[in-house]
Amino acid sequence: MSTQGTTEAKPVPIRFRDSQIEMAHGAGGKASRRLVEGLFAPLLFGNIPGPLGDAALVDISGARVAVTTDSFVVKPLTFPGGSIGELAVNGTVNDLAVSGARAEALVVSYVLEAGLPTSILEAEVRAMARAAREAGVRIAGGDTKVVEHGKADQMYITTTGIGRCLGEVAIDPCSVRPGDKILLSGPIGDHGITILLARGELDLEADLYSDTRSVLPLVEALVEAAGPGIRWMRDPTRGGAATSLNELACDCGLGIVLFEEQIPVRDAVRGACELLGLDPLHIANEGQFLAVVAPEYADAAINSLRLVPGGEGSQLIGEIREQPAGSVLVTTLYGGSRIIDMLVGDPLPRIC
Amino acid sequence: MRFVDEFREPELISKTAEEIRRLAGTERQYRMMEVCGGHTHAIYRFGLKDILPENIELIHGPGCPVCVLPMGRIDDGLAIAQRPEIIFAAFGDMMRVPGTQGSPLEHKARGMDVRIVYSPSDALKLARLNPEKHVMFFAIGFETTAPSTALTLMRAKAEGIRNFSVFSNHVTIIPAIRAILDSPDMRLDAFIGPGHVSTVIGCRPYEWIAANEHKPIVVSGFEPLDMLQSVVMLLNQLRRGEARVENQYKRVVPWEGNRAALRAMAEVFQLRPYFEWRGLGFISQSALRLRDTYAEWDAEQRFDIPGVRVTDPQAAQCGEVLKGVLKPHQCKLFGRECTPEHPIGALMVSSEGSCAAYFNYEHRKAVLTSLSSMA
Repeated sequence: MSTQGTTEAKPVPIRFRDSQIEMAHGAGGKASRRLVEGLFAPLLFGNIPGPLGDAALVDISGARVAVTTDSFVVKPLTFPGGSIGELAVNGTVNDLAVSGARAEALVVSYVLEAGLPTSILEAEVRAMARAAREAGVRIAGGDTKVVEHGKADQMYITTTGIGRCLGEVAIDPCSVRPGDKILLSGPIGDHGITILLARGELDLEADLYSDTRSVLPLVEALVEAAGPGIRWMRDPTRGGAATSLNELACDCGLGIVLFEEQIPVRDAVRGACELLGLDPLHIANEGQFLAVVAPEYADAAINSLRLVPGGEGSQLIGEIREQPAGSVLVTTLYGGSRIIDMLVGDPLPRIC
Repeated sequence: MRFVDEFREPELISKTAEEIRRLAGTERQYRMMEVCGGHTHAIYRFGLKDILPENIELIHGPGCPVCVLPMGRIDDGLAIAQRPEIIFAAFGDMMRVPGTQGSPLEHKARGMDVRIVYSPSDALKLARLNPEKHVMFFAIGFETTAPSTALTLMRAKAEGIRNFSVFSNHVTIIPAIRAILDSPDMRLDAFIGPGHVSTVIGCRPYEWIAANEHKPIVVSGFEPLDMLQSVVMLLNQLRRGEARVENQYKRVVPWEGNRAALRAMAEVFQLRPYFEWRGLGFISQSALRLRDTYAEWDAEQRFDIPGVRVTDPQAAQCGEVLKGVLKPHQCKLFGRECTPEHPIGALMVSSEGSCAAYFNYEHRKAVLTSLSSMA
């Protein structure tokens, strides 16, 4: 949750009417957006000059700096392919990357539950150090709080990052035009399904790993190949690609059409989604990003991404149209289509 | 992916759609009800309405167990779960279904011990792992899920697990279809029969629809090609003036049903004299309760329940939508007071409910002037 530009204190109506905070307000979908736009934004940012982005851009004595913060609460702490420590570094590096900035430094804040074994904490700190090294970012400081046993779930991590803007990239949903192409950096749903299975409640197993990684190398390649053509980027974490794209559709007032057969999804993810009645487009990712590029840059963009290790699975998955304005439509090869909305609450398995 | 992709093969789908257009012609309207909520969901998810000709109208039936569950039952289950020793276990489908004081998920956020389970046997496992607690499984579903509840109860009894009980909301499909057919404002030509229910009960129980009501019924699978093929089979029957039960979903549904599953149900359950269905009212002999031999595992007998009946708001026209008299968007509350995030009527609750499916997948498509230019 960040604004672009300066803030200014003017009374803005509070539109958030929910009587109490529910889990859905943190799930990244509609309820989250309502909370941010209806309560946080009016009180904290005053009149918002534009749509909410993944990072705030701030001018400091003429230098343009991107700032963002993210808290990580994950159960279980470790899962195939990653752990909370890696997520905490990569998540913030990625929020800066998709805002067109290279992370320069992170500060980290731990909330620890009394009774947490030191071995677990040490493993997560090591994971953070490793992820920071791989992402090329410095961890410059931090803070620790300990709460009573039972008042937190083992450990929560918050990271705040500042970054330097990458060249002349202007990320602005209002710059999106009909005909623009939508690009996805690789298969979706790996992280969310891995976590769902790692909780062990479903008695399902799959050869699947979280996709947690820094997307900065991919974003840098994209900026180099198609910088002036990039209109918008976002890392589709909680709420999945459908939620990110619905936010874009609302912000730009245009329609988004996806071609289902072009959307990369691993068989294990598809299989789990079929079984559980979930849609891969609603499942969280931690190492992918979406971009909208001007059509004349689309080929250069996709070719450059596919040359970067880890970008081989990049795909053009759809395009911007005039209609259906403010919505995302998925079309199939056989001529069917469906609207796909933002996620409401957490994805829940459907059985009967 | 095997067993999925072959039923979504674009070329076969186009050919089948072509066949449907040829058979349906243009002279008359065909009104077909898909009984099962899984079919409703599939129709919207795969965008099948875009493929079918305009004179074939699909009417969404009552086969969504979450949708037809009256709010009072949810309140009763959650009232039991207020007791500190109770773990409330249910399928994910139930978690967002609102009671008068909020959904199970909202109760969980306020501190109630609510667990999502994938099968009733997972709930029994929870009981074994938490001997100091009492696990109550809030059971929902038609004959599709009732056998697994029955088998779990048989196991609990055999193993003498006493900290486990079932709050049964199991319902049966045939009385619901009968209620729909008895409704005077009902105009239907044919039925797409429920696939999953029929894996248990088989095809024979539908024969009375064909014989007495003279309506064809085709038991169907859930993939796009399954459903389109079922429409072809129904059109063929209607054009020839026939009314038979046919089985499109032969790869899963045996004509005689699953005897072992039916035996387990008969061992554990008996029919209730009547049961309330949301949107349809009271239907006699339409739901299952535990037999007295399983009283010890019956949450309704073990615990005091308020049993307060909660009626849907007058303005909600769920009954009319459920019977196919109104389309979801023709209800006065649709998309305004009643949305998937804040459902008022039953059909907006589950993604298998026709209103939620219509809201999620379809209604904004209406603004599209043309889909022909797409993909």
